[in-house]
Amino acid sequence: MLTIDDLAVSFQTRRGKVNAVRQLSLTLAKGETLGIVGESGSGKSVTSYALMRILDAGGQITQGKLIYSGMDLRHVSENDMRNIRGREISMIFQNPRAALNPIRKVGHQIEDVLRQHLQASRQNAKQKAIEALQAVKIQNAEERYHAYPFELSGGMCQRVIIAIAIACNPQILIADEPTTGLDITTQKVVMELIRDLIIERSMSAILITHDLGLASQYCDRILVMKDGEVVEEGRPQTLFTQPQHPYTQKLVMATPHAETDIRGLLPPEQRSRQPVHTVSDKPLLEIVHLSKTYAGKSGPVHAVKDVSWCIREGQSVGLVGESGCGKSTTAEMLVRLLDPSEGKILYRGDDIAAVPARHFAEHPHRRQIQMVFQDATDSLNPRHTARDALAEPLRQLAGLRGRTLQERMEKLAAMVGLPVNLLDRFPHQLSGGQKARVGIARAIALEPDLLILDEPTAALDVSIQAVVLNLLVDLRAALGMSYLFVSHDLQVIKLLCDYVVVMKDGAVVEAGPTRSLMANPQHAYTRTLLAAAPVLDYA
Amino acid sequence: MMHQLAENTTAQGRRSTSNSLSHLWYVLRTNPITLLAFVLFALIILSAVFGPALVPYDPLQTNAAIALQAPSSEHWFGTDSVGRDVFSRVIVATRLDLAISIAAVALSFVIGSTLGGIAGYWGGWLDSVLNRLMDTIMAFPLFVLAMGIVAALGNTIENIIYATAIINIPFYARLVRAEVNIRREAGFVRAAKLAGNSDIRVLVMHIFPNALPPMMVQVSLNLGWAILNAAGLSFIGLGVRPPTPEWGIMVAEGANFIVSGEWWLAVFPGLWLMIAVFTFNLLGDGLRDLVDPRKRT
Repeated sequence: MLTIDDLAVSFQTRRGKVNAVRQLSLTLAKGETLGIVGESGSGKSVTSYALMRILDAGGQITQGKLIYSGMDLRHVSENDMRNIRGREISMIFQNPRAALNPIRKVGHQIEDVLRQHLQASRQNAKQKAIEALQAVKIQNAEERYHAYPFELSGGMCQRVIIAIAIACNPQILIADEPTTGLDITTQKVVMELIRDLIIERSMSAILITHDLGLASQYCDRILVMKDGEVVEEGRPQTLFTQPQHPYTQKLVMATPHAETDIRGLLPPEQRSRQPVHTVSDKPLLEIVHLSKTYAGKSGPVHAVKDVSWCIREGQSVGLVGESGCGKSTTAEMLVRLLDPSEGKILYRGDDIAAVPARHFAEHPHRRQIQMVFQDATDSLNPRHTARDALAEPLRQLAGLRGRTLQERMEKLAAMVGLPVNLLDRFPHQLSGGQKARVGIARAIALEPDLLILDEPTAALDVSIQAVVLNLLVDLRAALGMSYLFVSHDLQVIKLLCDYVVVMKDGAVVEAGPTRSLMANPQHAYTRTLLAAAPVLDYA
Repeated sequence: MMHQLAENTTAQGRRSTSNSLSHLWYVLRTNPITLLAFVLFALIILSAVFGPALVPYDPLQTNAAIALQAPSSEHWFGTDSVGRDVFSRVIVATRLDLAISIAAVALSFVIGSTLGGIAGYWGGWLDSVLNRLMDTIMAFPLFVLAMGIVAALGNTIENIIYATAIINIPFYARLVRAEVNIRREAGFVRAAKLAGNSDIRVLVMHIFPNALPPMMVQVSLNLGWAILNAAGLSFIGLGVRPPTPEWGIMVAEGANFIVSGEWWLAVFPGLWLMIAVFTFNLLGDGLRDLVDPRKRT
């Protein structure tokens, strides 16, 4: 069906030529789903862009053949290529909202593709677009035809993208991280939809993902890429049970699954003994009937509804839920960036919710409650170096200056494993993992009692996630901190937390010690969450 | 904690981030138009600073014997109706025109940024009030507004500066408001609050510097407009008064002589005005690249 032979792609940059893909060869059989897994920068997306000939400016295919049904796509004219894209080979993009035109009705966007490829006339375009929406199982397709992307949820938008991609019955479907940014329950629905469509229309597919669990569940064959090269290839079962290449072994190990502990995510030679953290009975932070209500257009919106629980000294509490469940709002209230509508937050018995958020900067408890943000890139000021970022809390809250300040910063950098020479770099000159370390170092700079972690590893590759999670475990023991770990990923929470709180629609649906809650979930929603996560199946 | 050095730190580890000079060189090398703009800008600055000391003749010295001479090797740009050397006058005028525009732009930058920052950060009724105020200013034809201000306040250089500043404030206020507004909820802003920064510190030290790259483009374009504006006011007789050398007045005075064939009186000051405006317009993109640390990869 499709053969790629010895492909090489390079990009012209300020520092000279960068080889994004080297000596890549693959074949895709009819009806087969091929997975390409790898971490960011491995060249997996670039491969698909090269195949579609939509490389960014500066990118160039320097070598190799891309043979699709007898044609070498590398030498096909741009005109013919336009006909191939969408009709023969089509693509599902990572961020569905960005891939849709925000000011056009979704129905019209489907019609565009159909008309472009002469699959529909002016008269029957609407009918066909509605059929396409029905094909991706969108309820009330006639009504949704008139919807704008902003009126639809992320999962719905991704279905529309899928509808566009398959509207012309392509032979090959390329899905580039199709479920990144979607909730796990939505992810499951979308992936099953894609799988059903592939079977129903006997398409071939390439699934590009960083998630080994996802790849193992939906692919027939998997390529593992690293630094632009394929390091290993095989069926999911053999590849993941007996990985041959050290890189594949590292990836498989770093992916959280049922039978691992937190040190087990690291390569064996890096596994030191896991430090023990002690949980006392004394409550550190008590959340008492906390609510947050916003004034919405159609009546009040209850973002958080009467939640209560307690974080004890030294305890790590996981807060789980899907997007919109109120977990981030709760975290913001606890870290005192947001004022609750009702309820108390007792820090060692002291109601800190009584102090308005905008005056909390001067409050003596400010340094005791700190936060690590979800997106490390967004949480670092683009105009400040890592050193500036670390200096902020030390200067503002501890009044450190001069040499003491520098020494403290270097000590912090060492604690989080950030080489001191990186301190003078700007955020865009640091890798994702390094930025995460800067964010963590900044949060622990004043040795807080409570650290709130808002999905700190969500944007990181699994191998870096493994390192960061282990770092968090070490820091917790070294500094005696309590954690509130906000995440959508129960597998990660299980590795790190003593106690779990599950939230849905602004309310707590279930809470309990991690082990018993995971082993024996009481609430139906908790069970759904557990079942939806793609788990790398070893057995 | 021995396991954390997993990531590579070698590739660009030794590269210092603060090598602004090499960055300047990179920006200039990759963009010949910016290079041209910087060269012209340097010439304008040089003639503003050293012009009065370097020109061959006293720009105010009249000499009826050599009135209205065409450009020659003696008088490169010719002489005017009372025998003053046009070249000397054009060069000496640079300092005044540049001073007016820089002072006016600095004033509108400071006031506009303050108002825009407040409106963008706190929002609410303050935002609405400030926005309507800016709309009111922009509702006037700006040059007519400037004329009105100078006519009402009196015919002095300071008043030209104030008038030019006032008509430019809304551009800065709106730009800063938009830039601040999109960053108000950014992660680094929340992190700064957690680090104990007050709202004002967050706004001034953390958010505002991020608005600088687009501001630089605005500043540079604005310098050009401000020169045109000042020259325009002088041209219609408001502002700088003769015999002070100033491009606007010189064009106005020279315009009377074009019909009788003495074109050099108006053309050379006009040409210099055009070069100055052209330079500032070109300069914007280059300045933006210079102040944006993300371009220093």
